[in-house]
Amino acid sequence: MAAVERQQWDVVVVGAGGAGLRAAIEARERGARTAVICKSLFGKAHTVMAEGGIAAAMANANPHDTWQVHFRDTMRGGKFLNQWRMAELHAQEAPDRVWELETWGALFDRTKDGRISQRNFGGHEYPRLAHVGDRTGLELIRTLQQKIVALQQEDHRETGDYESRLKVFQECTVTRILKDGDRVGGVFGYVRESGRFFVLEAPAVVIATGGIGKSFKVTSNSWEYTGDGHALALLAGAPLLNMEFVQFHPTGMVWPPSVKGILVTESVRGDGGVLRNSDGKRFMFDYIPDVFKEKYAETEEEADRWYDDPDDNRRPPELLPRDEVARAINSEVKEGRGSPHGGVFLDVSTRMPAEVIKRRLPSMYHQFKELADVDITAEPMEVGPTCHYVMGGIAVDSDTAAARGVPGLFAAGEVAGGMHGSNRLGGNSLSDLLVFGRRAGGYAAEYAAAATRVPVAEEQVDSAAAEALRPFSAEGLEPDAGPPENPYTLHQELQQTMNDLVGIIRRAPEMERALEKLAELRTRARRAGVEGHRQFNPGWHLALDLRNMLLVSECVARAALERTESRGGHTREDFPSMDRAWRSVNLLCRLTDPTGGLAATDPVRGQIDLVRETTEPIRPDLLALFEKEELVKYLADEELYE
Amino acid sequence: MSGYEARFKVWRGDADGGGLEDFRVEVNDGEVVLDIIHRLQATQAPDLAVRWNCKAGKCGSCSAEINGRPRLMCMTRMSVFDREETVTVTPLRTFPVIRDLVTDVGFNYAKAREIPAFVPPAGLGPGEYRMMQEDVDRSQEFRKCIECFLCQDTCHVVRDHEENKTAFAGPRFLMRIAELDMHPLDAAAEAGLDRKSTAQDDHGLGYCNITKCCTEVCPEGIKITDNALIPLKERAVDRKYDPLVWLGSKIRRRSP
Repeated sequence: MAAVERQQWDVVVVGAGGAGLRAAIEARERGARTAVICKSLFGKAHTVMAEGGIAAAMANANPHDTWQVHFRDTMRGGKFLNQWRMAELHAQEAPDRVWELETWGALFDRTKDGRISQRNFGGHEYPRLAHVGDRTGLELIRTLQQKIVALQQEDHRETGDYESRLKVFQECTVTRILKDGDRVGGVFGYVRESGRFFVLEAPAVVIATGGIGKSFKVTSNSWEYTGDGHALALLAGAPLLNMEFVQFHPTGMVWPPSVKGILVTESVRGDGGVLRNSDGKRFMFDYIPDVFKEKYAETEEEADRWYDDPDDNRRPPELLPRDEVARAINSEVKEGRGSPHGGVFLDVSTRMPAEVIKRRLPSMYHQFKELADVDITAEPMEVGPTCHYVMGGIAVDSDTAAARGVPGLFAAGEVAGGMHGSNRLGGNSLSDLLVFGRRAGGYAAEYAAAATRVPVAEEQVDSAAAEALRPFSAEGLEPDAGPPENPYTLHQELQQTMNDLVGIIRRAPEMERALEKLAELRTRARRAGVEGHRQFNPGWHLALDLRNMLLVSECVARAALERTESRGGHTREDFPSMDRAWRSVNLLCRLTDPTGGLAATDPVRGQIDLVRETTEPIRPDLLALFEKEELVKYLADEELYE
Repeated sequence: MSGYEARFKVWRGDADGGGLEDFRVEVNDGEVVLDIIHRLQATQAPDLAVRWNCKAGKCGSCSAEINGRPRLMCMTRMSVFDREETVTVTPLRTFPVIRDLVTDVGFNYAKAREIPAFVPPAGLGPGEYRMMQEDVDRSQEFRKCIECFLCQDTCHVVRDHEENKTAFAGPRFLMRIAELDMHPLDAAAEAGLDRKSTAQDDHGLGYCNITKCCTEVCPEGIKITDNALIPLKERAVDRKYDPLVWLGSKIRRRSP
């Protein structure tokens, strides 16, 4: 095999969304020569899709807001399964991360006295989301992109080279983490444009690749969300945590079919939009669960008063956490009270004047007008649940973002697990990216400075190259097994399987069927073949991404089958209630074959082993932030009386 | 409305050349051009190269020329075409082709690096910034830009004039200068940087003769010419010909 180009860096960041870019900025500012690798063009990452805002207890809109209140909301939203130390750090550091963006040129919407405006969102007690209309993610990504350019300009002035200390490798895909023994040695990947392979050697690698939504048919996620980082970590020997928790955002577009799943921001409800069924009823009042009874309005009148007088009224139930709203919509549709295209109605047109809607929700106005011929200032939208976010992810140390068991590997953002427990609150994602992106970058730089470089063996590079080239010779490999498979067909079958059998409402027999189907797809995926050559070949890229989606989907299905309760983003029809005994249980997924090989495996046993682990008890001073009556609903008796 | 079979012509090839290839392909209710390109990939041309990401008009990846007009494929409804009409999809003409509908947009990233970054005001720490909404409105309009580079593609200064590319940053990046210049707290002037004159002297603002082609293709509806380029031109001209401004700038530069 021809020699593969090798370069040396101190820190390699895989992924250039909010977490990856924030990690890269931090690593570079701490003196590490830093490379960022992304599948798309620089600045196009999925973070641009985030609409509503960044949650941070800056107390600009309500002086009562503090990090403690934000911490409480986050734990409630996650049904207390959150890695509490992450939730604590997140709530404490989010305001600084937002203010820092302003010093890099971000322009948030303002309050009357010139500070950053904050809006209401589901599950947040106070208006807490810093925002720019409904395009906050774009502002975040552009600000970080421009900060990276500013650092490159600094380096150019000093060294004459923009890329001497911080380089973005755009449109490149990483397919393997390279190691020597236990320790990270670098990454192997290909340039999408040319198909050329490359190796970046580095003692520290930060994974910030985002989520897994492309394994589901109806999703708000872009093509990039194929679970690459989750799979890279598994293959490198790191465990994934609580993969059963997948968030279905309650409001995705449902019509026309080609846009089904595209996100309709929660800001629509935060700013006053209401959900109605085909009878015109605001049905969310019927779906307030016991744990939230005291916090939500019981009448439309009280709910409507809350927007102007939040201190003396309770919040409207449309602003319950996302898992609750998604399940409610699902039930309404199932019981025959849905809208013509199988969703429910989300209405702002009767709630505020047209010009206010256009100013506060410009991209929603645009999106519905252009893609669905619906004028949201005059008529209701039709919406339904869409796969949006994975709470599960790489198991990390709360403080340092270091992946467990693989020295030199770090993870931040959606790909990291634990922070959001069983369900993420809206707005907590962008703040998560910034808080833990910065931490991951900082600790990776620190680790790299102290570490000695480990050699990357030629055989590892060769086997990674052979794995990546396999789809070009699919026909010759196993001539008896059958003809080559079309990767697009395999992908569609995978999406249908996960959507139908491990979707928003889950049942044991269906998940068992899903595991069988995944085993079949895994075998067929070994014969995924491609036409053409290596230059910018989407069929080839998809064939390689299938490995990752199949691995991650198996994790989701296995963990979901194991957890016999309903909590947050995991709803079992056969175990419909939350079980306090499960509160202290984490499910860890590991690769069955610890050498990282992916043999054509036994369909039943599969490629993933599940391990149960008891969570670390919540620190007493953090528990003291809650009333005893509330804790009783979540914590097992032995946790309460310790 | 039921599905039908549409006629498509898609440019296929690479840096060495290529041509339009004919396809007949199914079209369903509500679909956009990008859906049709994806259907071609899944059923007829698995290696057809195309960039895309969000499929919701938010990331600016799927730029191409549809029947000769620069557009986002994800925001172009099939219903805007007559069913009998052949839809022709070609790569952005201003940038070198890599493969099929994918072009080398590196020009834009190179220009982005040449625009001096935001200069934070001295003496204001994080959390101390105070700006009024009406003062950030103007720059916020420009920050809606999704960097689809359709304005860069359509601008006649560079569209058929490779030789102008060195001297001309293009509408997107002249607008970036306007955005920073109108930022209420940008301290470039205090640091001795006059953004208006750099627009004129270093980034080719003078090449623009306000034909508004950029504004017409902007999928975000940003009034690039009226709100960014013309005001920038007016301010740059004021600087250039006003002797008092000239004198002031000399004096200010001397102060520490």
